[in-house]
Amino acid sequence: MVELSLPKNSTPRPGKFHPAPSDAKRKAVFQIYRWSPDDDENPCLDSYELDLDKVGPMVLDALLYIKDHIDASLTFRRSCREGICGSCAMNIDGENTLACLKPISAIKGTIRINPLPHMPVVKDLVPNLNGAYAQLESIQPWLKSDTPPPPDTERLQSIEEREKLDGMWECILCFCCSTSCPSYWWNGDRYLGPATLLAANRWIMDSRDDHTGERLAALDDSMKLYGCRTIMNCTQTCPKGLNPAKAIANIKKLQVERE
Amino acid sequence: MSETRPGNYRIVDHAYDVVVVGAGGSGLRATLGMGAGGLRTACVTKVFPTRSHTVAAQGGIGAALGNMAEDNWRWHMYDTVKGSDWLGDQDAIEFMCREAESAVMELEHFGVPFSRTEDGKIYQRPFGGHMSEYGKTPVARACAAADRTGHAILHTLYQQCLKHRVDFYVEYYVLDLIMDESGACRGIVAWCLDDGSIHRFSAKTVVLATGGYGRAFQSCTSAHSCTGDGGGLAMRAGVPTQDMEFVQFHPTGIFPAGCLLTEGCRGEGGYLTNGEGERFMERYAPTAKDLASRDVVSRAMTIEINEGRGCGPKKDHIMLHLEHLGPELLHQRLPGISETARIFAGVDVTREPAPVLPTVHYNMGGVPTNLHGEVLRPTEDDPDRVVPGLMAVGEAACVSVHGANRLGTNSLLDLIVFGRAAGKRAAELIDPTVPVPPLPQGAGDEIIARFDRLRHAEGRFSVAELRERLQRTMQSHAAVFRNTRSLAEGCEKIRTLWKDAAHMGLADRSLIWNSDLMEALEFFNLLANATVTIESAHARHETRGAHAHDDYPERDDTHWMKHTVSYLDDDGEVSLLYRPVRMQTLTDEVDVFPPKKRVY
Repeated sequence: MVELSLPKNSTPRPGKFHPAPSDAKRKAVFQIYRWSPDDDENPCLDSYELDLDKVGPMVLDALLYIKDHIDASLTFRRSCREGICGSCAMNIDGENTLACLKPISAIKGTIRINPLPHMPVVKDLVPNLNGAYAQLESIQPWLKSDTPPPPDTERLQSIEEREKLDGMWECILCFCCSTSCPSYWWNGDRYLGPATLLAANRWIMDSRDDHTGERLAALDDSMKLYGCRTIMNCTQTCPKGLNPAKAIANIKKLQVERE
Repeated sequence: MSETRPGNYRIVDHAYDVVVVGAGGSGLRATLGMGAGGLRTACVTKVFPTRSHTVAAQGGIGAALGNMAEDNWRWHMYDTVKGSDWLGDQDAIEFMCREAESAVMELEHFGVPFSRTEDGKIYQRPFGGHMSEYGKTPVARACAAADRTGHAILHTLYQQCLKHRVDFYVEYYVLDLIMDESGACRGIVAWCLDDGSIHRFSAKTVVLATGGYGRAFQSCTSAHSCTGDGGGLAMRAGVPTQDMEFVQFHPTGIFPAGCLLTEGCRGEGGYLTNGEGERFMERYAPTAKDLASRDVVSRAMTIEINEGRGCGPKKDHIMLHLEHLGPELLHQRLPGISETARIFAGVDVTREPAPVLPTVHYNMGGVPTNLHGEVLRPTEDDPDRVVPGLMAVGEAACVSVHGANRLGTNSLLDLIVFGRAAGKRAAELIDPTVPVPPLPQGAGDEIIARFDRLRHAEGRFSVAELRERLQRTMQSHAAVFRNTRSLAEGCEKIRTLWKDAAHMGLADRSLIWNSDLMEALEFFNLLANATVTIESAHARHETRGAHAHDDYPERDDTHWMKHTVSYLDDDGEVSLLYRPVRMQTLTDEVDVFPPKKRVY
C-alpha cells in the first residue's frame, strides 16, 4: 500500500493571523508557508490580511509589503521584479510561477503561497535548488565544437537555423517546470526534469554545435530522458510561455531516428 | 580550507589567487579569464549567477562590426566621447571601442544566440547616440539577441564558467574587504546564507564586480539586488568612488512600474509623443530625434511634463509608440518588451502606445580604475595611484569610459572588455606558483564584530523604513534636473539619515537566510553610495551629461572638466578631490576629440 500521508515533521500547522487595519476597504488574505531551520517546529501557515489599496499589483508586491511593513522575518528570493531573473519562483494558488509576474487580481479568495513543491526547503519560501543546478551542469550546457571558429569573425548561422533555438534559449532557470512534474517529484534524483532537458535540446538544435550524437547518447537512459511521462505540467506552468514538453518530445524523436 | 569557531560563528578559511565578488557579466568574464589564465579563482556572489542584473539588459552590445552598413571603431569612439559629454577618459574609450569587435566575436564563439542577418552574420540595430561618420546619421551598431541580449550573454558566460569548472560560492554575501596596514587589499569576509557560516578568503587580488546602486532611488529599472555593494565595500576600506553625481535616467521605464523598455524600441523605429500627440524630440534633437543620447531624451521628456504637456489624466508621463512597426517585427525583434508592456502596463504594443517615464537606470560613477581594472586611490600628488590587490570592473567601476552619460549598448561592452582586461592584467601580476600569503593577525575580527552588532541591533527604525526614506530623498533631490537649494536639502536629509541609521532595529536574529540582516547590510551600502552621489552633485557647479543643474545650466570646461573623487568616512562625512580627465589617446591611430558643443 502506498504511503500517502506526509511524514509527521512536515505536516504544516496553522500559524498566526495578521488582520488588515480596520479602515481597509479592499482586502485579501495571503496564506504563506513558513518554516525555520533554527528550531524543531513543524512548518506553519501564517496568514496576512492586506489592504490591497496599499499594495502593488503583483503577488511579489504583496510579499514585499509584508516584509517591509508587517513581518521582516518573512524570507523569499527576489531580484529583477520583471520576470527575467527567475529568483521568485514559488507555488501560488496551486501553480508554480514567478511572484513578480502573477497579478493578485488573477486569484480568487485566499492567496496560498508555498515554496516550489518537492524541493528541500532552506527557509520559508526559499527552496534548495542545488540538485537541479547539478543536473543542468551534467548535460554540459555549453557550445561544443570541433572546428575552430574563424579567428576574426562570427560563425555564420542562417536566420532559419537560429530560429530553431527560439523558445529554448529564453529559459530563465526558475525550475517552475521541473518542480511541477510528478515524475520529477518521485524520481528527481534520476530523471533530469524538463528544465534541464530543454537546455539539452537547445544545444542539440544549435547548428554551431558538433556534438549532437554524443549529447543524444548521454540522454538515452530509461530515467534521465524517459522519466518523462508526457504529463505536460511543465508546459502548462512555464511563466515564460515556453514549451519544455515539446523539447523533450523532440529529443525522444531524435533518439528513435538515431537507432 | 580550515575551520575555527570564535564566539557563535563557524569560520571557514580559504585561499585563492583571485576572488571575484559578483557574478554578472563583468564578474563572470573576469572569472573566466583568470581561471583560464591558470589562476586559482573563486567567484563569490549573493545571487545565483544567472539571476544577476546583467540578465535584464535588452537592446544590444555595441561594436562597429559593420554588418548592416559601413562602420568604424573611431566613429564609435567619437560617439562615446561625445555621449560622455567629454568627461570620459579618451585612452580608455579608445581601448574599449577597439576591443569591441573581438569581444563580441568571442561571445559568439562562446555560443551567444545572437539574432542573425540574411547572410548569417550578427544582427545589429540602431541605438541612441550611435552615429556614422562622427555624428552624422544613426548607424546600426548594437549587436542583439532579440531584446534579451543581456540574458543571452549572461547565460552563455555562466555556461563557459561551468565548462571551465569555476569555483562558485553562490548566495554568499560579502561583508567587507580585508585590508592590511599598507593599504593593500588581502581578501574578503563573506557570510554563507545557506548555513550561516562565515568565510574568510585570503587572496592575492580581489575583484569588485558588484554592479550599480539603482536601488538608492525610489523608481529604477534596477533589480532589488542592485545595492552598490562594491562601492560600500570600497569606501569602508578607505578606497574612494568617482563621478558618483552622474546617474543615468533611462527615458523609457514603464509608467509607473519602472520596468525597462529598451532603447532598441526606438532603434527599431519607435517614437515618443507628448500629451498633444506631438513627436517632441524633433524640437530637441533635429538630427537624431528619438535616438539622441539618453540624458538628452530624459531631459526633453521631463521638460514636456513640467510644462504641462504630459500624457494621461495627471499629465505625468509620455507615450512610446510601437504599433506602426507591425506585429511581425515586434514578435521577432522585441518579444520581451511586448510581454513586459502587456504584464506591467496592460498594453498591447501592437495596437496602442505604452506609458513611459525617465527612470533611474545606470551609475556612470563607481570605484575608479585604470584601463587594466586596477583600482585607484588618487591623491593630490598622484591621480593614478594604484591600490595593491584590488580591482574593479563593470558598473561597480569607473574607468571612466562613460563619463557624464553612458550610451546604450556600451554597458554590456564595458562588462566584457574590462572583465577580459582585468583577467589579462591579473595573469600578468600574479604568479600562481607562489603561495597565497597568510592573512594578518586578527584579520576580519572587526568585520565579524560589525556583522554581529548589526544582527542584534535593537533600535527603533526598521530597515525598510530607513531605506524608503533614503529612496524618497534621492528621488526628489537628485533627479533629472537639480538645483542648489534642493541638493543642499537632500544633503541635510542624508546627514539625518546617518544619525537615524545608528538606531536601526532588526526583527530576525537568525543566521541562515536572514534576509532582514542582508537587507540591513545592503542598506548601509546604498546609504554610502547615495551620500557621495548627492554631495558630489551639490559640489559640481555646471551642467554636464546626466548632471543637469538649473542654477548652472551650461557645461564649464574651464573649471569642471575633471573627475570627482569622493572619500567617505565612518560617520558619513564626505571629502572630495578632483583628478584630470585623460585627454590623450592610447595609440596614434586616432586623434583626441577636443570638447565642443553637444548637439544631436
